[in-house]
Amino acid sequence: MSPPSLLSLAIDATLLNLHNISDLSFLPEHVLSDLFLRTLKAGKLTERILKIFIATEKEEVISMIQALNIQLVMTPVLPTSKLMSQVSIDKNEVDIVIAAFHSDLTSFLEEWRPIFSGFHLIVVQDPDLKEELKIPKGFDIDVYTKLDIDKLISSSNASMFSGYACRYFGYLVSKRKYIISIDDDCSPAKDNNGDVADIVIQHITNLKTPATPIFFNTLYDPYRKGSDFVRGYPFSLRSGVPCVLSCGLWLNLADYDAPTQSLKPELRNSRYVDAVLTVPKYSMMPMSGINIAFDRETVGPAIFPALKLAKEGKVRWETMEDIWCGLVVKVVCDHLQLGVKTGIPYVWRNERGSAIDSLKKEWEGVKLMEEVVPFFQTLKLSQDAVTAEACVTEMVVAIKKEKGRSHPELANAADNMVEWVKIWKEVQSRVLV
Amino acid sequence: MASPVTPTPILKDELDIVIPTIRNLDFLEMWRPFFQPYHLIIVQDGDPSKVIKVPQGFDYELYNRNDINRILGPKASCISFKDSACRCFGYMVSKKKYIFTIDDDCFVAKDPSGDDINALEQHIKNLLSPSTPYFFNTLYDPYREGADFVRGYPFSLREGVPTAVSHGLWLNIPDYDAPTQLVKPRERNTRFVDAVMTIPRGTLFPMCGMNLAFDRELIGPAMYFGLMGDGQPIGRYDDMWAGWCMKVICDHLGLGVKTGLPYIWHSKASNPFVNLKKEYKGIYWQEELIPFFQTTSLPKECTTVQSCYKELSKQVKAKLGKVDDYFNKLADAMLTWIEAWDELNPSTQLQNGK
Repeated sequence: MSPPSLLSLAIDATLLNLHNISDLSFLPEHVLSDLFLRTLKAGKLTERILKIFIATEKEEVISMIQALNIQLVMTPVLPTSKLMSQVSIDKNEVDIVIAAFHSDLTSFLEEWRPIFSGFHLIVVQDPDLKEELKIPKGFDIDVYTKLDIDKLISSSNASMFSGYACRYFGYLVSKRKYIISIDDDCSPAKDNNGDVADIVIQHITNLKTPATPIFFNTLYDPYRKGSDFVRGYPFSLRSGVPCVLSCGLWLNLADYDAPTQSLKPELRNSRYVDAVLTVPKYSMMPMSGINIAFDRETVGPAIFPALKLAKEGKVRWETMEDIWCGLVVKVVCDHLQLGVKTGIPYVWRNERGSAIDSLKKEWEGVKLMEEVVPFFQTLKLSQDAVTAEACVTEMVVAIKKEKGRSHPELANAADNMVEWVKIWKEVQSRVLV
Repeated sequence: MASPVTPTPILKDELDIVIPTIRNLDFLEMWRPFFQPYHLIIVQDGDPSKVIKVPQGFDYELYNRNDINRILGPKASCISFKDSACRCFGYMVSKKKYIFTIDDDCFVAKDPSGDDINALEQHIKNLLSPSTPYFFNTLYDPYREGADFVRGYPFSLREGVPTAVSHGLWLNIPDYDAPTQLVKPRERNTRFVDAVMTIPRGTLFPMCGMNLAFDRELIGPAMYFGLMGDGQPIGRYDDMWAGWCMKVICDHLGLGVKTGLPYIWHSKASNPFVNLKKEYKGIYWQEELIPFFQTTSLPKECTTVQSCYKELSKQVKAKLGKVDDYFNKLADAMLTWIEAWDELNPSTQLQNGK
């Protein structure tokens, strides 16, 4: 390759010093034209520079300006192009994963039929549930039982999928891009207009439109129809980042912990807040597994059954596995410039269990949050972690180092995370029957 | 509901309503049922010889440019002219604990059930209950009736921190910038989002001064609305500037900022071409300003709002002076503001954020 010519180097130098130049009329025409093209290419043709080129009155440059239709007009900075308000949903991209703790799923599935119909469902039967599941006809459904879990997972790891965590097996075997997962004690909710909230459409819309974690938009999700970025929102941040987790909410029985619900047994959530918003970067939040959706391809390795409480049970008051997961995922997302949204869609959560009974049985999880939350709030990952798996691997080291000795359940969680990543990688690379 | 709803105190002797105006105050008629108990501070912008009529029956003090010049002398240079930024003069001369500020084109909105929204009452509720900036509550403000902290929320964080600012929203004409207004001239905000939430620590937001309340004793000196309008290269960024400075200081001092309810009805869309001219520089400068505010840190020796603000002005000069000379002037004006504030409010000099 021949070395650059002196002329070419001189033009490069001129380009670098354009901000100091106020007159170019002395340049020979061919040099001027070359400089003009290079200036264009380097993106340095500002109003001031354009005026200087025009002032040379050299024909070639003027005709180039006209041919390219470059005008000295002050164009307003336009908002970045908006996505369609109607996001298209490809049913082949979605799996709906349900963990079954009761054998008769008939009424549950019938309630959800109008919304779930046409989508592929993965039902994972709680390994402790002995009866065969009753499932109404007309659904495209795959059921996984303890047998399937034992076939795929080594016996030492199979306990990872017991209790509430059995749904994760569904995430593992899914081959689709998006997962939507809800508890089996939820029914469809109605919005403020009395219309049934379609959680599938809303979750997928949340996931397919960008998130905006770096700066807070006071009108909430700017990509929603009828909304936008407000005055003062930097334009460079308006394209957002990909959203990989959508956390929905609950009417009626909200996801309160056992102490709160015991203290306020009548407390029911009747407020439908018509908003979805991005959880800001570096802000941690409690992810409730009752009603979530996520981009399995991107964050699947970071959504796992890791934390098991000593007296883990089969009601939400007796577990923290989802909360732990959510903290991990948020750290991963913040590190990888991905987004998490929270808000609509709502589900209607039916009455089940007794908060007081749960409180008597298990409240260690509540205490554990005091340790866990500050840990995640200050956790920093290295530049080398560029995938969800890599982030999780680094996190495991930090957990074991800082919390492993004082909190064996956290050390176990870390071990589970390691196993999960291994299993995940293995299953993804296999061709499943 | 387990417990009865306690009525919100009216705080009529502890709250001033600050209204900047250059036109007229007709809008006050609609607000009369809600505003009448309170003292108003009217800051008249523009031509001081014009007489602005205040509707009968309101208890008020009115300041025009001549008054501002007389009261502040040379320090009046920090108060903007021909921009609603002049409203911050009202914050300075107030003697009350709380301020509510509203624009003269904002009216009473209706909630989804058709009832008039008492914006002031909601702001007071927001300010009197704690904020939760350290961990996000997915059910929004846990102190509202019918809500609480969700599972997983650490108990040690459930006391919250004092709320310094309550940022309300707007139905009808949304607070869009000029380019967005030009692209979507007909868009109206019709979505009533029934939530109040704390803006997390470390997160910045665009604070709009149209419908805003704050605790003057906790954060007053940080609510300087900058140099805008006549003789300045920029306009319509007054509240933005104050919001970024305020948030950095609140985060540093452990104070909370809420956003969401109440809604007011914003009736007048300003001319987008006029707005574009005013905002133009701001749109480019905010690309530098946001990273500046996001990375700024205040030393722990700064334990009062004033000391934080003075430190911030130093950093503005050092880091933003090179973006434009305007920021050197602004940094000086920030110091002038603090001097003027301390002169007019001598007892608050030792107030800290606790």
